[in-house]
This record gives sequence, C-alpha cells and structure tokens, in this order.
Amino acid sequence: MARDTAPRAKNGYRHQYAIFAFMVALFLVLPYVIYPVFLMQALCFALFACAFNLLIGYTGLVSFGHAMFLGAAGYISAHAAKVWGLPPELAILAGTAASAALGLVVGLLAIRRQGIYFAMITLALAQMIFFFSLQAKFTGGEDGIQSVPRGVMFGILNLQDMMTMYFVVLAIFLAGFLLICRVIHSPFGQVLKAIRENEPRAISLGYNVHQYKLIAFVLSAALSGLAGGTKAIVFQLASLTDVHWTMSGEVVLMTLLGGMGTLFGPVVGAFIVIAMQNYLAQLGSWVTIAQGVVFVICVLAFRRGIVGELGRFLKKPL
Amino acid sequence: MAGDYILETERLTKEFRGFVAVNGVGLRVRRGSVHALIGPNGAGKTTCFNLLTKFLTPSAGRILYNGRDITRAAPADVAQMGLVRSFQISAVFPHLTLLENVRVALQKKRGKSFDFWRSERALDSLNDRAAELLAEVGLAEFAHLTAVELPYGRKRALEIATTLALEPELLLLDEPTAGMGHEDLGRVVALIKRVAANRTVLMVEHNLSVVADLSHTITVLARGEVLVEGDYAAVSKNPQVIEAYMGSGHA
Repeated sequence: MARDTAPRAKNGYRHQYAIFAFMVALFLVLPYVIYPVFLMQALCFALFACAFNLLIGYTGLVSFGHAMFLGAAGYISAHAAKVWGLPPELAILAGTAASAALGLVVGLLAIRRQGIYFAMITLALAQMIFFFSLQAKFTGGEDGIQSVPRGVMFGILNLQDMMTMYFVVLAIFLAGFLLICRVIHSPFGQVLKAIRENEPRAISLGYNVHQYKLIAFVLSAALSGLAGGTKAIVFQLASLTDVHWTMSGEVVLMTLLGGMGTLFGPVVGAFIVIAMQNYLAQLGSWVTIAQGVVFVICVLAFRRGIVGELGRFLKKPL
Repeated sequence: MAGDYILETERLTKEFRGFVAVNGVGLRVRRGSVHALIGPNGAGKTTCFNLLTKFLTPSAGRILYNGRDITRAAPADVAQMGLVRSFQISAVFPHLTLLENVRVALQKKRGKSFDFWRSERALDSLNDRAAELLAEVGLAEFAHLTAVELPYGRKRALEIATTLALEPELLLLDEPTAGMGHEDLGRVVALIKRVAANRTVLMVEHNLSVVADLSHTITVLARGEVLVEGDYAAVSKNPQVIEAYMGSGHA
C-alpha cells in the first residue's frame, strides 16, 4: 500500500484551542446581550454535562444516577453557606468534596459491573439519596433549603452583584472544563482510552482497570458536585429537583444531544436543553414532549450528537 | 523443581455446567523453550489458555508460575509478574496510533498511568523505546498510523511489539497465525522465532505445520485431556495424534 510509506502527521488538537478561545470570548460578551441568570444556569448544567461526559464519553460507563452528585453537593453547599455561615468559595468546596466522597462510595459499589447493571446500581443508589433528601431534617424536605446567602467570595467579590456572580460562575465553569481537557489528554487519559477501546487487552497488559474507572468516576462525581454547589449559591436554593432521577435523565439527554465523547458537545447540549426549558416554558408540560421529540430525532438522525456529527464532517475531533 | 520449569499445572480442570472442557491437564513448560499446545477443534486449547492467563478460574487443580501458586491470582497481577498473553482475535487498541499502542504498555511498566493532572507530553520520554519496539517487529515506518488501518498480519506484529514492551518472561500466544494468509504467516513465524530467542513462549496452535519448526515441545490435547507430549518428530508419528487430526478432517 502506497499510503503506508508516508506516515500521516499526528492528528493535532490545535483547532481545539481556537474553538476554546472563541467559546471564552462568546461567554465574555453574552451576558451583555442575554439575561445573565439564564446563562449562569446553562453554565452550571454545561459543567455538569461535561463531568458526566468524562464518564460516558471517555470512560465508557453509563451512570444513571448522576443527579445525586449534583443534588447532594447543592444541599451541602447551601447548608454550609446558610447554617454554618461559610463564605461561598468554602461552601462550594464543601459540596464538591461531599460529592467526591459520595462518588468514591458509589464507585466502589458499582464499578465492577458494566452496562445496564452499572446503570441500575447507580440509579438505585441515587434513589436512596433522593429519599434521604426527602426525609432528612437539614434538607428541608419538599421546601428545600431556601434563601441561601450568596455572600462575598474571597472577601472581595460581592456575589449580590449580578455581573460579579456571572463572571465567578464562568471562571468555575472554565476551570472545570480545562481540568476535564487535561484529564482526557493526560497519561491517565491514555489508559482510559485504551480501556475503552479494548478492555481485555488492557487487563492483559497488567492494568487493574477497576482502579482507573474508579478514579474517573470520582473525578466525574466531584465535578458534578462543583456544578451543583455553584448552582445552589447562584439560585440561593437547593431542592429535590436536583436529586430527582429525571435530572439524571436530563444530563444524558444533554450529553447525547451535544455529542458524547466530544469536548464541546455537552456544553452545546446543555445550552440547547436549558434554552428549551426556559423559552418554551409557556408551553407547560409540553416542554417534556418537545424534549422527547428532540431526543428521538437526535438518536435516529444524528447519533453522534450535534458536535459529534460536525466533527465527523470536518474530520477533526471537537 | 522451580528452576527448570517456568510454568507448571497440576490436574488442571475446568467444568462448564457439567461439560468438562479441560480435564486434569498437567503441563510443564521448560524455561527458555518454545512450547506448543495443539489439538483439533474443541480440544480445550483456548480454555486451557484462558485458565493459564487467569481469564478463567479453574474448577480444580493448581497453576505454578516460577514456583509460585497463581491459581487464584487476578489477570492483571499475573501480567505484572511477567506472564503476558496475546489474543486469538488480534488485540490492538484500534483508534490509537501504533506508537500510542506500544506506549500504553510502556506506561504500565514505567508507572505513569495514574497521572491525570499532567500533560500527555509527559509520555514523550517513552517514544524512543516505543519506536525501537516497533522497529523490532518491522513497523517503524507506520508509527503514526492508527492501528485500525493496518492489515491483519501487521496487527499481529503490533500486538507482539506491545506485549514485548512489558518485557515478559513468559509469552503466551493464542493462535498467533489464525486466519492468516500465506505471506503474513511466514512473517509472523519468523517474528515468533526471533522473540523466542531470549524468553519462554507457550503457544496455542491449530496448525501442526506451523509449530513444526518453531517448538521444542508439543503437547497434544484432545477432548480436554493430554493425548501425547514430545517433540515434533515423536508427536507427528503418533497414531493417536494422526487419528485425532484425521478424524476431525485435518491433515
């Protein structure tokens, strides 16, 4: 074969820097055009979807209980800010740490199972967290934890100010996004990729694959917690919605719609889903039907998701 | 004695719901030799092989590797002890480049596999060794192709390069020439001969003629049991072997 004699240049990732720069520029301008509260909500969900994508897209594990990490961190952060009076940065950190710890426990229980069994164990455990949240005293049951103080971050950033809050949320999102990029393109990420491509072969090379999956799971849980904690501070509320199983479904929808296993897909997916929920809100419960239709079209017509199909068209990983 | 034999099994047995696939097999693989496990279809070769590499757990019997009992060890652990296997269907990481394929194995050896906070560039120090290994199996010029683009025979070579990256003491090859054309076959046989020069190889083969000039010892399995063991000359003249092979339609 003639093609074999000329080694092709290694598939570069340079274009991803350009897209990233564009994304940052867009997010810097958008709050002056669009309602910042909507953007903050979308950014929190974008981070959540990216964290979920680290697991489904880059590790090959389908969790159907990721709401527990978003919701639990929300409760812990809200409680820390309201009851313990912690500043927002420590409250968010507490929520993130709690979700990481929860991720470790759930991961240890579920990681040895695959496919539907893994999904069901995560779902079952998430349901347990849901009922715990419903019954426990500190979560406020049906009411949730309301009027959480936003406070002053690092003692200088007053989060009562809408724009300050927005840029803090943007910074948190970007930090989480960059961490995920780093994980994917790290020595650890290479092993994850190898495990996803051919697990028996990875085992035969001496890799104890459960350990790697567990680390990815904990990272994903922690980043979901970061999103949940931030969201609780932004909306001054932690509620049952975020631990409900439908939230676990929504993050699947966002990730698949945008394109799982792509860097930017979950961000696009989260923005579309959140935009639909906000701008179609007057349709009432028809929003759910609209979401369902979008999901079916996505799965039938462009299985790789919007960004995934675009990447295939451009022949570049996005 | 542990010194002479790198791998020994005692009455190794595997039963699947009443069907005995491997029955009381006692194998002794001499250090530094090329040992072939052959037999007609359904003789229990692959089951036996999966038992040795811990991908299956034996129902009864013991496996000793370098005198250590590994009967209950995990597959990843025996790989780290230097007992590394290949697969019947070529086992590569299809969407990684050839260089990355080999590097994944080197990463394990040199411990850089948990660093999720470091850049991929941390792995560049392994590139030279990876390129060397690719050159060893004649794939140097394809280093930056993705593995899925390779023809079958070359995937086999890549698999061997990846396996060699672990510097295994004992190499287990599962039907290394299965499904191969004549040209690829010659290349892979030559490659096995080369890598066997300074290590022990245990291979499962379907094809008697492939193992003829490769192996020092041949164990013939039939219906899950050892039929006969010896060098090629002895084995190929054995009437039971001829019958077993002829009986199932192989010359």
